[in-house]
Amino acid sequence: MSTTLTPTTPPAPTGPGGLREIDAHTRGRKRRSLIARYVLTAGMVIALIPLLMIIWTVASNGVGALGWSFFTEIEPPARREGGGYLNGIVGTVYMVSIASLLAIPLGIMAAIYLVEFGHGWLARIIRFFTDVMTGVPSVFVGLFVYAALVRQFRFGTIMGAIGLAIMMLPIVVRSSEEMLKLVPDDMRFASFGLGARRWQTVQKVVLPMAGPGITTGAMLAVARAAGETAVLLLTALGSLQVVTALSGVAQSSITLLIYDGAKQPFDPGKERAWAGALVLMGFVLLLTITARYISSRARR
Amino acid sequence: MRTTTRRAAATLAAIALLAAACGGGGLDAEIPTADDAQDTDDTDTSDDGDDGDDGDEADGGTIAGDLVGAGATFVNPVFVDWILDGYQATVNPDANINYQSIGSGGGIEQFLLEQVDFGASERYLRDDTLEEARETRGCDAIQFPIVFGSVTIAFHDEFYDGLILDGTTIGDIFERRITNYNAPAIQALNPDRELRDEDIIPVHRSDGSGTTSVFTTYLDLDDEVEGWTLGNGTEVQWPSGTIGGQGNEGVAAAVQQNPGGLGYLNQAYVLEQGFPQAQVINADGNPVFATLEATTVGAEVAEIPDNFQFDILNIGGDGFPITGTAWVFVWECGYDDTTAALLKDFWSWAVTEGGPQAEALGYAPLGPSLQERVLDAIDRINSAE
Amino acid sequence: MSQTSSEAPGALRVTGKARFGDAFFRIIAYSAGLSVLVVLGLMIGTTTRDALPVFEYQGLWSFFTSDEWRAGFSRTEFTGEYGAFSFIYGTLVTSLLAVVIAVPFAIAISLYINRIAPKRLAKPLAYTVELLAAVPSVVFGLWGLLYFGPTYVRPVMELLNSTLAPIPLVGILFEGPIFTTSYFTAGVVLAIMILPIITAITREVTAQVAEDQVQAAYGMGATDWEVMRKVILRGAFPGIVGGTMLGLGRALGETIAVAMLVGGSQRWGLSLFFGGDSMAGHIANTFQDAAPETVLALIAIGVGLFVITVIVNVAARALVWRIGRVAGDAAL
Repeated sequence: MSTTLTPTTPPAPTGPGGLREIDAHTRGRKRRSLIARYVLTAGMVIALIPLLMIIWTVASNGVGALGWSFFTEIEPPARREGGGYLNGIVGTVYMVSIASLLAIPLGIMAAIYLVEFGHGWLARIIRFFTDVMTGVPSVFVGLFVYAALVRQFRFGTIMGAIGLAIMMLPIVVRSSEEMLKLVPDDMRFASFGLGARRWQTVQKVVLPMAGPGITTGAMLAVARAAGETAVLLLTALGSLQVVTALSGVAQSSITLLIYDGAKQPFDPGKERAWAGALVLMGFVLLLTITARYISSRARR
Repeated sequence: MRTTTRRAAATLAAIALLAAACGGGGLDAEIPTADDAQDTDDTDTSDDGDDGDDGDEADGGTIAGDLVGAGATFVNPVFVDWILDGYQATVNPDANINYQSIGSGGGIEQFLLEQVDFGASERYLRDDTLEEARETRGCDAIQFPIVFGSVTIAFHDEFYDGLILDGTTIGDIFERRITNYNAPAIQALNPDRELRDEDIIPVHRSDGSGTTSVFTTYLDLDDEVEGWTLGNGTEVQWPSGTIGGQGNEGVAAAVQQNPGGLGYLNQAYVLEQGFPQAQVINADGNPVFATLEATTVGAEVAEIPDNFQFDILNIGGDGFPITGTAWVFVWECGYDDTTAALLKDFWSWAVTEGGPQAEALGYAPLGPSLQERVLDAIDRINSAE
Repeated sequence: MSQTSSEAPGALRVTGKARFGDAFFRIIAYSAGLSVLVVLGLMIGTTTRDALPVFEYQGLWSFFTSDEWRAGFSRTEFTGEYGAFSFIYGTLVTSLLAVVIAVPFAIAISLYINRIAPKRLAKPLAYTVELLAAVPSVVFGLWGLLYFGPTYVRPVMELLNSTLAPIPLVGILFEGPIFTTSYFTAGVVLAIMILPIITAITREVTAQVAEDQVQAAYGMGATDWEVMRKVILRGAFPGIVGGTMLGLGRALGETIAVAMLVGGSQRWGLSLFFGGDSMAGHIANTFQDAAPETVLALIAIGVGLFVITVIVNVAARALVWRIGRVAGDAAL
């Protein structure tokens, strides 16, 4: 790189362009550099607009339908004002909780394997496919759960939760692994030196040290699951009512209600969809920001 | 609706599968999947689900007041009103009825796969499907009409409200032979209107739908419509340059969002939204708006056979030509007692008391004599024990 | 004394239980690690098994190249026609469009944050852009469908249509009629959605270009822009390509936002303003209503989509791999 640079930097058609003398060519380069600065700054500013715009639009459109009843009442017919997303909120909380119980312990254990035991080819393969799994389209996960389970056991809470758990798993593994790796080996060796076994070391030394970091990974995974729609479309289906059954009865979620609300033509339903988006986005952004904050402190 | 045992079993099995998957036992984990995939390869094994369902009949119901239904979006507005504002609000607050408007094709499918307690569609089950259903469940599927509704042509722009169209021009629009509002054929039907040069963006249903079925069956009537080549059905191959929306909701939204949009919609969505709509020329050559009265004419004129398999399209007089019926599907056997009782109670209530709510949404309810016949059909639920 | 000291590290004493615990622990960790592979394997196995009959019925070639998609209604046999080209085309067009729009911005943001921004601002700016990735996809869909699409994207489409459509050859991309939900609308919103991940990688790889090279360039009198263009971007090029492909992978697999914004006509058109359909979008839009044979066909689309995204992702990972994984990119 630097070799190609040497001849190209002063293409010098302007003769003796010394460093001191500011000739026309150099001025041109300076000007171009300045323009580039402006362009890059403009790019940065423009890129920030969508985020601000989304937050603003969702907040201003959603706040109208947001009230106490939004959390205590189910969604009425789309044409009618009032009511809320209780059925969706219950469904989301229910499914995300179960998914977390499934995915988070498993993901952390997998990360422990990768960091504490994983030195061979198998670990490399697992690491690689975990990365691949983060890129698997959510609709594909939904199709899988449908094909493997829903056809036999009907749409329901547990189906949605399994789908969400599969989405969460690679995120938990990846982020926990990053955090476990940050624990200095000295600590491990010190623990071994005291006669601790591997599992004792992990339990009493590594996990407590990596704890905050792992929490952030779990939080990010929860945020992702709470905002997931495509998987639930194929596994939970949706419901008009609050569903408490674990299985056998189609379940609703905030995202499914937003999805339906956006596509239907009645204004009250759309307003509730905005309100739902506001609640969901508020929750997810809060979780994400908190997670980032904790993790940046943990890294320090 | 389903017994706790079945739920528990399903949950356990699901967890077991996941556990197997997580346990790292590659072989163990494969087994349920293999079974599973076989079920689908071997597509006529719907009786797999049957075994399970027969089970709950024996167990007896323990979850009082749960009903799950799925199907047509055509009737979604009136069903949701009946459930939330009518039946549950005034008659039976303990009931927990869930209707998912996933589309008519899905409604029939979920019903036949016994995933739901009742299905709903804008097309009736034909004899071969009924035969298949009988084999699946071991008893008859019962179908009965519940309301009548129109399929209306809605516009994006207020400017076109009342525009007169006939079957042939509608067909040409949806087959893209007419692409502009100022086409001579449209002008000829509307000699007194000044038409604008504007691209037509036809909006159709992207999911399989009884609304599409009613609409295309009308366009497929040979004596009324010329040049329609797409046939009829719940899903047809729309040509390039048309746009799809999911559900009546999706089509309505797409018509709203696209200047030049024109779509076919259930009248309830059009009335409720105040969409500008077309007048369609009926069998007697009268241009008619899809009002409640025009729809009711269809409901009254129709001669309805005992098996409830009928179409009411292209009537004359003051009747709106594109009128459809919504059917509800239930089983003659296999429900637990609570579910059966609730099904009977809810649908009897809807037939006898649901009229005003239906009319408010522009649906024509069943006439008195038809009500009797439908109540008889509802009585057959779980009668074949 | 011995009493208290055995209290605290007592659990650390090497007993039979502890030794057994270690083996047990190892097995659990090992199984958990394997579970990722098992889940992935199950996903591939189950869906492929379901998709094979469709490929057999329709013919693999025809499945991917025919644009005749006619859903069948049978529960026992295949009766429909399943050519998925329209959806494949829609997926590719929207994703490529998204990448074309997002990459220049990602590069600009990276250079700005790494080289221009005041030190205090760099971190917050980077976080803010990454925050965009946290917005749920259904919220993007809602926002795009009800607000951004009709108010901002549509005028842009109209402008492009009136200015670029008459140009020969290229013009075909910008021909009317204009659909409010179209490839273009979906592509623009997708661009916003994948911006964070491309930016995260690009930022990382541009920051990793050796500082001595940069200083050397400055030492030779290069301007800021020359340093960025000739040293940083050139050095970071493979990483930028990797980040771009990672973004492309995301765009290809994105479901709900695209399903809401792409149009859903089950057809395809060359114009960017055409309301088509994407693979993921088509699955989401028609799945609930599909008969068993069509469900299998949709699963077949899913398998096709999976293969495409995995190829793109693997290629991306291979390119980014040598610079190490970017912290937290899984969550982006």
